[in-house]
Amino acid sequence: MKFVDEFRDPDMAKSLLDKINQIVKEIPRCQQRPLQIMEVCGGHTHSIFRYGLEQLLPKEIELVHGPGCPVCVLPMGRVDDCIAIAEQPNVIFTTFGDAMRVPGSKKSLLQAKAGGADIRMVYSPMDALQLAKKNPDKQVVFFGLGFETTMPSTALTLLQAKKEGVSNFYLFCNHITIIPTIKAILDSPDMTIDGFLGPGHVSMIIGQKPYEFISRHYQRPLVIAGFEPLDILQSLYMLLIQIRDERAEIENQYTRLVPESGNRQALQAVSEVFELREFFEWRGLGSIDHSGVQIRQSFAQYDAERHFIVPNLTIADPKACQCGEVLKGAIKPWQCKVFGKECTPETPLGALMVSTEGSCSAYYAYGKIDVDNL
Amino acid sequence: MKKTRKLHASHINMSHGSGGKAMRDLIEDLFVSCFDNPQLNALEDQARFDLQSLQQYGERLAFTTDSYVVDPLFFPGGNIGTLAVNGTINDLAVSGAKPLYLSCGMIIEEGMPVSELREIVQSMKAAADLAGVQIVTGDTKVVPHGKGDKLFINTTGIGVIPQGIEISASRSKVGDKVIVNGYIGDHGAAILNARGDLALDVSLETDCQPLHELMSVMLAACPDLHAVRDASRGGVATVLNEFAESANVSIRLDESCIPVRNTVRGVCEILGLDALHFANEGKLVATVPADSAEALLHAMQSHPAGREAAIIGEVVEGPAGRVVIKTGFGGERILDMLVGEQLPRIC
Repeated sequence: MKFVDEFRDPDMAKSLLDKINQIVKEIPRCQQRPLQIMEVCGGHTHSIFRYGLEQLLPKEIELVHGPGCPVCVLPMGRVDDCIAIAEQPNVIFTTFGDAMRVPGSKKSLLQAKAGGADIRMVYSPMDALQLAKKNPDKQVVFFGLGFETTMPSTALTLLQAKKEGVSNFYLFCNHITIIPTIKAILDSPDMTIDGFLGPGHVSMIIGQKPYEFISRHYQRPLVIAGFEPLDILQSLYMLLIQIRDERAEIENQYTRLVPESGNRQALQAVSEVFELREFFEWRGLGSIDHSGVQIRQSFAQYDAERHFIVPNLTIADPKACQCGEVLKGAIKPWQCKVFGKECTPETPLGALMVSTEGSCSAYYAYGKIDVDNL
Repeated sequence: MKKTRKLHASHINMSHGSGGKAMRDLIEDLFVSCFDNPQLNALEDQARFDLQSLQQYGERLAFTTDSYVVDPLFFPGGNIGTLAVNGTINDLAVSGAKPLYLSCGMIIEEGMPVSELREIVQSMKAAADLAGVQIVTGDTKVVPHGKGDKLFINTTGIGVIPQGIEISASRSKVGDKVIVNGYIGDHGAAILNARGDLALDVSLETDCQPLHELMSVMLAACPDLHAVRDASRGGVATVLNEFAESANVSIRLDESCIPVRNTVRGVCEILGLDALHFANEGKLVATVPADSAEALLHAMQSHPAGREAAIIGEVVEGPAGRVVIKTGFGGERILDMLVGEQLPRIC
């Protein structure tokens, strides 16, 4: 397949793996403990497992699967809010597919749908807007979630709704922003990450500059990485060169899609529609300042939080869940007390088991973990 | 000669399920006149078989049933009717049976256009004729508008298994080769695209086809087929997990050998889905003795339903019930059964 197979060439992968194996020998630090490299983005986690990359890497490299799956970090209280909106009469609640299975405190959206709520899966917020136009007697709510990757399409949809004067369309805004999250990880007292694979899709929007604090203040390298297996291997190699040379810079491996200064039009739409929230609750990580966005006053008529009564409760994660420690790289998924027992993809207890991008789900589905003998 | 009753309504209404004249019009005009065979034309409550005529094909009956619910009813390459006929034929065929007779139960939603129903019934007749089976008995119910999804079809099938054939999921053995008869995931991807939600400009057709003739070719080349299943809902991944569990073996696939069309791969790439979990309606997966695998493969490739057949893996020692896939780089990952339904990733 053009533009895909080129990035999955086994011979090139072997050559990169040889280089990686060679360079780790030149890094004295990894003779004492493995280098911890965090892939921030769930898309990377997915690729790493899908292509079995982790097993091919030398033991001197330990991949830490970061917080970059928006579905995984969605707090339980927010899912409850979605269900509270969806179960109101005359509402069509629309959502991306993988948010359907995230457990709330009592049920998931999928279970609410089975119970009679009109919940529909859409592929883009524009589909939800079309649904609103087709159903003028209904109130159509779009569940907006995701990082900067999906934020612009939601913003553009609200701009379009305003332009067309659609009055029965609402956004339940749960968009989050990546930079404060990386900062929270770097500020964590048990932080041992040596370098970051930067999120490719987010960077298409925000560019390179916002990551500069990571190298400047924390002296850690970051390489913005694409999602194909060769992208990931090359980005790892670029990180290792920096670590060997004792440099900490922001580099861009994903130059075919990530411009240095990001996407100006997308950023403009985002800033026209959204403003930072004071704080936002993350599943497993707790509250992080300025890590979410909300709808500006000028678009208040589209704000589901203002239009509908939502419980807005903070629901604590189940006590047994160790999602937070997994997200920060403190433990591996299989070291969690409930992994593969009470918590499986069929009955996810923690958010990381829900989406295929969640590291627990990826380990369960793709990892060579003997679940029966845990 | 008895005059056939005519159906004059343009849309199905509740009277077509009432048991009265309107229902009789529907049954005679649509089903009996189209399916047209002595068993059905007799309009008894059951089809009756002469046991000796069945025995000419073998010594054991195979009996199966399946219900078909699909949205949309019509899609590139087929419709719910062709699925209902071929799906049940294939459930019989993978046991090695010769499919002979089908029943057809229809649950129709009030308001369905008669023209669409007629087209579906005609497709069923064409599919049955092509496969040499007869639809010999049936049932019709009408449910009020909003209580169904236009049309649900149930088909039950009877076939006869020739002597000496013993195909079973539990018979997979270490050393067996795993064979598939062609491109996988076509049906699942075609249905996803036909729903029109994706706005993808791609050409995708269902692979809906009967597999009993291919099975005859396979049995001629290798009478000792170990396990065979058609890979419908849950896809190839589910079938292989069932084989591995049932036979207490492990299965190892080679990703680079699995035939997947570029367009299907593209849909999977865009949505983050896996073709190995997509439904198929004309694909079977088999475990076969290694020493006859190559000859079997060539025999399959000589038949139109097996032209792109490929050996995709082998049965190996390992944790019982585990299916592992070797990626292009030599890495490995576990291939589990589908959990819930496949849901597109957010980004």
